[in-house]
Amino acid sequence: MTGWDLLRNIWFLLIGVLLAGYSVLDGFDLGLGALLPLLAKNEDDKRALIGAIGPVWDGNEVWLLAGGGALFAAFPLAYATVFSGFYLALMLVLFSLILRAVSLEFRAHDSSRQGLWEGAFVGGSLLPALLFGVALGNVIVGVPLDSRGEFTGSFFTLLRPLPLVFGLLGLCAFLVHGAVYAALKTEGELRGRAQKAGRRLVLAFAGAFALSFIMAWIYRPTTLKSIPAWIFAALVLLSLVLVSGALRKGRDGRAFVFSSAAFLSLWGIVGAIQYPDLVRALDPALSLTVRNASSSALTLKVMLIIALVGMPLVIGYTIFAFRVFKGRVRPGAGY
Amino acid sequence: MDAVFLARLQFGFTAGFHFLFPPTTLGLSLLVVIVEGLYVRTKDESYQRLSIYLVKILGTVFVMGVATGIALEFAFGNNWAAYSRTVGDIFGAPLAAEAVFSFFLESVFLGLLVFSRNRVSARTYRLSAFLVFLGAHLSGLWIIIANSWMQTPDGFRLEGGRAVLTDFWRAALNPSTVVRFVHTILAGWLTGALVAMAVAAWLMLKGRERDKAPAARLMKPALIVFAAAAVLQLGTGHAHSVQVWRTQPEKMAAYEARWQTMNGAPFTIFGIPDEKAERTRLLVEVPKMLSLLTRFDLNGSVLGLDEFPKEERPPVLIPFAGYHLMILFGLIFIGVGIGGVWLLARKKLASSRRYLKLLLFAVPLPYLANEAGWVATEVGRQPWAVYKVLRTSDAVSAVVPAGPILFSLILFTLIYALIAAGGLTVILKTIRGGPGEKAAEAPHGGTR
Repeated sequence: MTGWDLLRNIWFLLIGVLLAGYSVLDGFDLGLGALLPLLAKNEDDKRALIGAIGPVWDGNEVWLLAGGGALFAAFPLAYATVFSGFYLALMLVLFSLILRAVSLEFRAHDSSRQGLWEGAFVGGSLLPALLFGVALGNVIVGVPLDSRGEFTGSFFTLLRPLPLVFGLLGLCAFLVHGAVYAALKTEGELRGRAQKAGRRLVLAFAGAFALSFIMAWIYRPTTLKSIPAWIFAALVLLSLVLVSGALRKGRDGRAFVFSSAAFLSLWGIVGAIQYPDLVRALDPALSLTVRNASSSALTLKVMLIIALVGMPLVIGYTIFAFRVFKGRVRPGAGY
Repeated sequence: MDAVFLARLQFGFTAGFHFLFPPTTLGLSLLVVIVEGLYVRTKDESYQRLSIYLVKILGTVFVMGVATGIALEFAFGNNWAAYSRTVGDIFGAPLAAEAVFSFFLESVFLGLLVFSRNRVSARTYRLSAFLVFLGAHLSGLWIIIANSWMQTPDGFRLEGGRAVLTDFWRAALNPSTVVRFVHTILAGWLTGALVAMAVAAWLMLKGRERDKAPAARLMKPALIVFAAAAVLQLGTGHAHSVQVWRTQPEKMAAYEARWQTMNGAPFTIFGIPDEKAERTRLLVEVPKMLSLLTRFDLNGSVLGLDEFPKEERPPVLIPFAGYHLMILFGLIFIGVGIGGVWLLARKKLASSRRYLKLLLFAVPLPYLANEAGWVATEVGRQPWAVYKVLRTSDAVSAVVPAGPILFSLILFTLIYALIAAGGLTVILKTIRGGPGEKAAEAPHGGTR
């Protein structure tokens, strides 16, 4: 393996780490946002739930920007193909994230449009939670690419059954994570509702997981040949059992660790069945891989230095911030 | 309308709207740091009330900047896929570095600033304020590096039609990075400081007793930052113009509507460029001034547009108008700044209602100046996306036709109108509330 190939593989892994970090961190606030109408019975509940993510959601979302930026820098050809090819779908994600970003601040202070901003928060959380999985599913299942690596399908190409099931699976993962976080940060009845919702959603997660296996077996049996993927799949199921058990015993912190583990194991499966492809083409010869889509060795090296200097600092002060805001949000306190 | 035009319009609209917020953040984050510093030195509790007040405004502005910035991170892939493929080896890295070194820093510590006043020590709080300031400025640095590379690309070679990085530092610190960075940061300080001055002026005009002390304590540092930035901007603007003349002579020719090469070229004060006739109507100019400014030589030669093939000339009217409007506003800022300092020195500022009202009406001007300067710089770069490397018309996504771009542009317009309405409501409500009675009673981020 040349030095360049080593760097390409490191970046395949690092982008996976950034996206997995995004799903574990922003995952809980997306999930919580989507569950808000189900969990909250009154304004106090809403304020407690929103207060639980208020100080941290923005930092969490940066993981997506870092992942997107790293994809651009390390694999510009894959970035260009996906973002131009999945145009309308990704525009919907963008619009959701844009509205969601201002929705909490505006909901609290723009009283004449409070309902609108709350809707933007809930919808802006739900739609990305669903569409991320659909987009990732397409990249895994394969999309029509031409010899220049351009996407030749349409919006409806993206809505094939298998990617839609992956979207459903992703949504379940976000919702479980959100419910567990809500349980971890609240008290009383609200906490009880979040725990109950979490345990039900674990079942939905397991169901969607089983369904995606059946669908993968029908549509893409080759994906089932990876041994590491089976190990990660076992870890997903084990984590789910542990999430459910921890919620039943009221051990919300543990449940959060295990729902994070379930998410990370899902990413393990993705990495195992996807490597070395970044964007799989229906004609395998045209797939964008870590080799043919990457930046130069020098750029990858510079980027690695940036990541090695920057990310430990980021992780350090992120942990500090979470410690500052640890503990439950008292009901009615509005944080 | 063709896809190239619509893609440019969409980028121009989304980036132009986004560019309302970061300059404000630069200036306001500086003032928060200054006010926190003054609080430590004087132990005067009105500084603490002021800090809480400014952080609230900063929080809203920041979140709008975050929201509108998301679209730009992905715009290069959405609408400019050919651009991303051709120059991604160089252009992607500063965007990723911006996320790693500054977005995390700003976001995490702004969360602490807004929500944790009663949870962390005063020292940690001040450190958070400084880190938000630092993050905002680092963010400016990386995005200016990316933009400057499009203007004056360096540190790369072309390999099979793709730009490949050969020297990171030459690419990052290309010939226009440093001067553009200083010029842009000062523009941000100017913007945020004028917003703060207008807020202080409004509180003074309103005349509530409890607002008097904090308003005066806000006005002074804001005015000093504003006046200093306005005066310094004269120097950086000059240096930036000389750099443009040196590295992108056709852009300077467009800024000045310099149709023909000329020894002892005049500086245009006013005019209406007519691109078809290649002449400027209603021309008012200072003889030999352009040669003096760019070359320090009254009879020096300045290249005109006639030196460049037609298909490589930038449009003239828009860069010309943007450049001259920016200079006009810049001169107004110097006047407003010096006038304010003079009133302050004679202790007449708080009682000069006319000056205070002037400040309220001046608020849009730095925003117009920022947008004008930015438009001049980007349109003056045309027809290139990356100067002499990649044409804008070759940079768009081949697979995205006009329809979806138009559709998303319409949605962007609607969503941004909604965000503008919401943001303005929230910010004005915060400003109207004033700095609050006492620090202890102030909500510590609780109302989000």
